[in-house]
Amino acid sequence: MDFSSISIVSLLATLMVAATPILLAAIGELVTEKSGVLNLGVEGMMIFGAICGFIAAVETGSPLIGFIAAAAGAAALSLLFAILTQYLLANQVASGLALTLFGLGLAALLGHKYTGIKPPSSPKLDLPILSDLPVIGPILFNHDYMIYFSILLVAVVWYFLKFTRKGLVLRAVGENHDAAHALGYKVIRIRVLAIMFGGACAGMGGAYLSLIRVPQWTEGMTAGAGWIALAIVVFASWKPWRIILGAYLFGGVTILQLNLQAVGVDIPVSYLSMAPYLVTIIVLVIMSADRKRASLNAPASLGRIFHASN
Amino acid sequence: MIRLEPRTEPSRAMIALTPILAVLATMIAGGILFSVLGKNPFEAIRMIFWDPVLGEHAFYYRGQILVKAAPLIMIALGLSFGFRAGIWNIGAEGQFIMGAVIGAAAGLALYPSQSIFVYPIMLIAGTLGGMLWALIPAYLKIKFNANEILVSLMLVYVAFNFLAGMVTGPLRDPDGFNFPESRSFQQWDAASNPELIAGSGIHWGVLMTLGLVIVAYIVLTRHIFGFHIRLAGQSPRAAKFGGVNPNKMIAICLGLSGALAGMAGLYEVTGPAGKLTTTFPLGYGFTAIIVAFLGRLHPIGILLAGLLLAVTYVGGDVIQANLSLPKASIQVFQGMLLFFLLAVDVLVHFRLRFKRGI
Repeated sequence: MDFSSISIVSLLATLMVAATPILLAAIGELVTEKSGVLNLGVEGMMIFGAICGFIAAVETGSPLIGFIAAAAGAAALSLLFAILTQYLLANQVASGLALTLFGLGLAALLGHKYTGIKPPSSPKLDLPILSDLPVIGPILFNHDYMIYFSILLVAVVWYFLKFTRKGLVLRAVGENHDAAHALGYKVIRIRVLAIMFGGACAGMGGAYLSLIRVPQWTEGMTAGAGWIALAIVVFASWKPWRIILGAYLFGGVTILQLNLQAVGVDIPVSYLSMAPYLVTIIVLVIMSADRKRASLNAPASLGRIFHASN
Repeated sequence: MIRLEPRTEPSRAMIALTPILAVLATMIAGGILFSVLGKNPFEAIRMIFWDPVLGEHAFYYRGQILVKAAPLIMIALGLSFGFRAGIWNIGAEGQFIMGAVIGAAAGLALYPSQSIFVYPIMLIAGTLGGMLWALIPAYLKIKFNANEILVSLMLVYVAFNFLAGMVTGPLRDPDGFNFPESRSFQQWDAASNPELIAGSGIHWGVLMTLGLVIVAYIVLTRHIFGFHIRLAGQSPRAAKFGGVNPNKMIAICLGLSGALAGMAGLYEVTGPAGKLTTTFPLGYGFTAIIVAFLGRLHPIGILLAGLLLAVTYVGGDVIQANLSLPKASIQVFQGMLLFFLLAVDVLVHFRLRFKRGI
């Protein structure tokens, strides 16, 4: 065993790559949940985005088009969930599960012919001096563009929710949909848009997996990432910046256990692979234990069905 | 303009009718999907629903229907109690795996005994294994308020890795060729769950499933526990006043569903699967969620829904072989079924009103 072969610099650099798919999916789900909708279909939207993005990128040769296609595809898929829960008033938990099962199947069907192909590679940021700096260069200034985009997206969501009128309305809908409806806000329209935003983000997160992180298409490649994203929203107490913290913490655990596998620690690979899931459970437990605080942070109308009885 | 008008009470006719509507809608949408994939939709639908039951080669497939229906029904029965009470165990796949692994481990510890106690010990160990695995989210929910949906699901992935660790480590067949698999239970009489009537697909698990359907029916309709479950689902507040302890409810519902999933796993590993391998879990734990909903969370409904989903599983094998469609197409089909079911569900609680203008 040789721990010195684990380089802290490359560890931190790869940590960001491992965290970004979950970061993207989680920030989207945060907006959806802030509007009062619990969409458990993140896993399904992510994997659907992964295959949409992969196919589009392979067929056009452009990773950018891949990401756009992933966002559009997963948003379209999330529209199914929106119709079920907002117009047909179906149970959100069951509909989210249906979305996951359907998305996993549809992605496997579409991806059938695309296994074993390499996607076009995504360009990396290359700033003249900054990227060549020792230590800081590889950690901060030498990534693909999606990593910077994901952080920017968190900033935009934070600003939108906190400082804009539309953000305030979205939060109001999530806190008390009857009051928001009485004030004349279009509860259902706002929620449908929030669901689609969540879908688009999850799709991009999935595409990040298939186009950059892995990069390849394999069936079931999200391996629970969508569910971890849901847990991270709880971890973050529905606060945008903490999503970054949660996602990077998770990325750190993933990368650390991969590195431990590589240096040949005396623990079988299968047990090391449990680490991210166990850490997610532990984090959930810690964040939920204080019932009062947990219920203060969660949007008050989360998961409740809205039907205007005019 | 269509408007939804709440019904004063759920429509009984619609409760029975909507699953059939959902199946029909799935057939139509599935047909469209198959024609998009360049296949004859009528042929594909016939292969999925007709050929496994009454087609030319049905004698070969029919046995497979019961083999696949039994675990689906058994798991869905357990889940249905929790789902009724608003307790969402969606980690049945993990409990299924743990039941198989722990039951198998208990059996392998006794290898090569031919005692008649081997199988009962394995069955109890497997059931307890699944139950304990499901009690983890229950404990964390009761004690720390952690969301049981996410915890039970995370534990599926932990169980997957545990299975992989076991078949490459302690439970690997010592007489094998280093393949990641356990000893075969089919070749060890005391620990095998054989087909009882050749070609029928009936094994001990199938008989147990039938028994459990009856027990579940009695518990749900005639026992105070069934009443509490229904009460907790329909009105949590009333249930509280009625003396239903919500924490106890969580523990019982999760423990029960875990126990049944674990039992299903044990029957599967000693019977149809034959041994532990990394590819042994087939997703029954997830499909059982569809079975539970399609069966309206009612034991008799679940029996029928389980048979139907088993037919689509077998039908999936038929189209895979005959139309060279990927296995995933049947997964899409099953996902669609749940979608349509949830969509037409609106008719149970609401009336459609057609109106001109607004």
